[in-house]
Amino acid sequence: MAKMTGAKAVVEAFSREGVEYVFGLPGGACLPLFDALYDAKFKVILVRHEQGAVHMAEGYARSTGRPGVVIATSGPGATNTVTGIADAYMDSIPLVIITGQVRSYLIGNDAFQEADVTGITRPITKHNYLVKDAKDLPRVIKEAFYLATHGRPGPVLIDLPSDVSLQEVDFTYPDTVSIRGFKPTVEGHPGQIKKAAKMIMDAKKPVIYTGGGVIISGAARELIELVEKTGAPCTNTLMGLGGVPGTHPLFLGMLGMHGTVYANKAVNFCDTLIAIGARFDDRVTGDLSKFCPYAKIVHIDVDPSAIAKNVKVDVPIVGDVKQVLQELNKQVGKLDIADWWSEIKGWMAESPLRFKDDPEVVRPQYAIQRLCEILGSDAIVSTDVGQHQMWAAQYYKLSGPNQFLTSGGLGTMGYGFPAAIGAQFAFPDRTTVCITGDGSFQMNIQEMATAVYNKLPVKIAVINNNFLGMVRQWQEMFYNHRYSSSEMGGNPDFVALAKAYGAEGVRVTRKSEVDEAIRFAQSIKDRPCLIDFMVVEEENVFPMIPSGKSLEQLIDMA
Amino acid sequence: MAQHDPTPIQERILSVLVENRSGVLSHVVGLFSARGFNIDSLAVGETEDATISRITLVSHGDARTIEQIKKQLNKLIDVIKVQDLTEEEFIDRELMLVKLRNQPAVRKSVDELARQFSLSIVDDGPKIFTLVCTETRENRKKLFEALRQLGIVEIAQTGAVALSKKTKD
Repeated sequence: MAKMTGAKAVVEAFSREGVEYVFGLPGGACLPLFDALYDAKFKVILVRHEQGAVHMAEGYARSTGRPGVVIATSGPGATNTVTGIADAYMDSIPLVIITGQVRSYLIGNDAFQEADVTGITRPITKHNYLVKDAKDLPRVIKEAFYLATHGRPGPVLIDLPSDVSLQEVDFTYPDTVSIRGFKPTVEGHPGQIKKAAKMIMDAKKPVIYTGGGVIISGAARELIELVEKTGAPCTNTLMGLGGVPGTHPLFLGMLGMHGTVYANKAVNFCDTLIAIGARFDDRVTGDLSKFCPYAKIVHIDVDPSAIAKNVKVDVPIVGDVKQVLQELNKQVGKLDIADWWSEIKGWMAESPLRFKDDPEVVRPQYAIQRLCEILGSDAIVSTDVGQHQMWAAQYYKLSGPNQFLTSGGLGTMGYGFPAAIGAQFAFPDRTTVCITGDGSFQMNIQEMATAVYNKLPVKIAVINNNFLGMVRQWQEMFYNHRYSSSEMGGNPDFVALAKAYGAEGVRVTRKSEVDEAIRFAQSIKDRPCLIDFMVVEEENVFPMIPSGKSLEQLIDMA
Repeated sequence: MAQHDPTPIQERILSVLVENRSGVLSHVVGLFSARGFNIDSLAVGETEDATISRITLVSHGDARTIEQIKKQLNKLIDVIKVQDLTEEEFIDRELMLVKLRNQPAVRKSVDELARQFSLSIVDDGPKIFTLVCTETRENRKKLFEALRQLGIVEIAQTGAVALSKKTKD
């Protein structure tokens, strides 16, 4: 048992947890903590804004499957983390966030840089703690890492008053945790799995629909086995992309609002829907009363509250997706569904995913397709939120899981660039590209400094249409072309800006320049390189099922 | 059909065992407001184990909502156990303090009510007298209606506290 300060105890606990990187920014209330971090064996990455720190930790967590760690100061430092924490909560990303807090005896006095951080983050964390006694710290940190990574993962926040981080504590790190209110079900019920297997084997028109849960539980291999063993078609949600390779012959692409016509038709007309680690989000289902009208539904998820939340389920299975699939795969075999496939193939031929190519100008879809073809399907791809995100989901075909980093649930503009930075820290030698928009990129553009300082070769592909593109698309389609506050007057010269930060930059205004620019970015190994794709301004994302509508209202490209 | 069919609204008494720590109640109450669930009443107290508190919570909703309430409560880390008492035999009591005008007609009616309901007079002043009533939720509602006819001056009510009749497992 060693005596140390609370701050040192945090650093020691982090080492025990195998932390590689801490993303953060110091301030008054966490000065003791940063003083202890000065001697840490792991790396501390100084960000330029705390929201960036959380997204970096998310990018690290998603690409590695290990928890991301953030430290911010009290008050504004902590409130700056809120968007990132909400993002991680919606997408079930394991994070441990420590926020400094004012001295414990000042709490509640409206002290300088005080905010009720546990109160603010209550609905957006899996759990949070206010530590009032340093002797609780080892247990609390152990629990925080455990909670963040077990069951349905999520962010856990620890609010640490500065006087507590200066308190002396006898440091003993617990080996195990015992939280009586947290006992996630990991193994699926054998009887339910048997029922599901029978339902699958009886199916004439099955569809396997999978989400982020497959990626999180590391079950991509088991999913591919299920798909190939049964021969059933598979579709992914935005969060589930990479669960099966983008070019797999049994893969129908993404479903939902901007999913392929054939994935949506398959789900609509299927007789058996096997939902795996997905939560029937409104962007997937549209009008619930018309969603999947003919099917019996099997739903596998580790979170019991995700099951039967939005849709009625015939065979619910609570458990870890990987373990459940391992059992399920033993009980299924090849399905006789040639008729079903010929129906689907008909839809594929009738309405393939497509865009109007152009000999001169840069179509955003073309730029993304070439990024994929040149940078490769094994790159780590992060996106921001909007049109470019949907085009990336449609046209960047990934080879595997943990490669597609995107803000699915919260839809956070500003997510992509810091997430790419976090992933690049985790995998310095892998190609990492952030596909972003001129709107989104400016929401965390300050992290250029972090990327340049750390010599990270992140590629930044700005799909620059001089608009908040998705907003503009909705305004065009549903608000009579009234482009209210969606045109981005005042955009900077992104190439010059990149260079001002010490990064590389290149502008593309013609289709013929696309490949050369991507190859140039590929050649830069010691700093970020931005490609400013000046694309067709008023391009729309198709197919599209308008919000709250059903397949009947699907709009495909003319 | 993938959509849930609408089902009738039902009242539920939930008994929720939680860690006896600061901030836990705000987690529970916050969950209800964040997800648009209803709380009709709520009573909290320490249990025989000082590290555990029991929250007795009355809520209402359709079957799907009730199911979600229970699942979401279970998801909270500080919640140890959620018991839906409505699904089993249980004992429940609510407490009500009522001030009434000290008039002969009112006193007479109260005497009659005292034969049906568990109530007694705990304070007797010249103008106002005060009743205490300990009753089941159902009876408390009936008594409340009856007393309202007499003209309630002031009232304070607790939510329900309840226990399952089953032996503790």
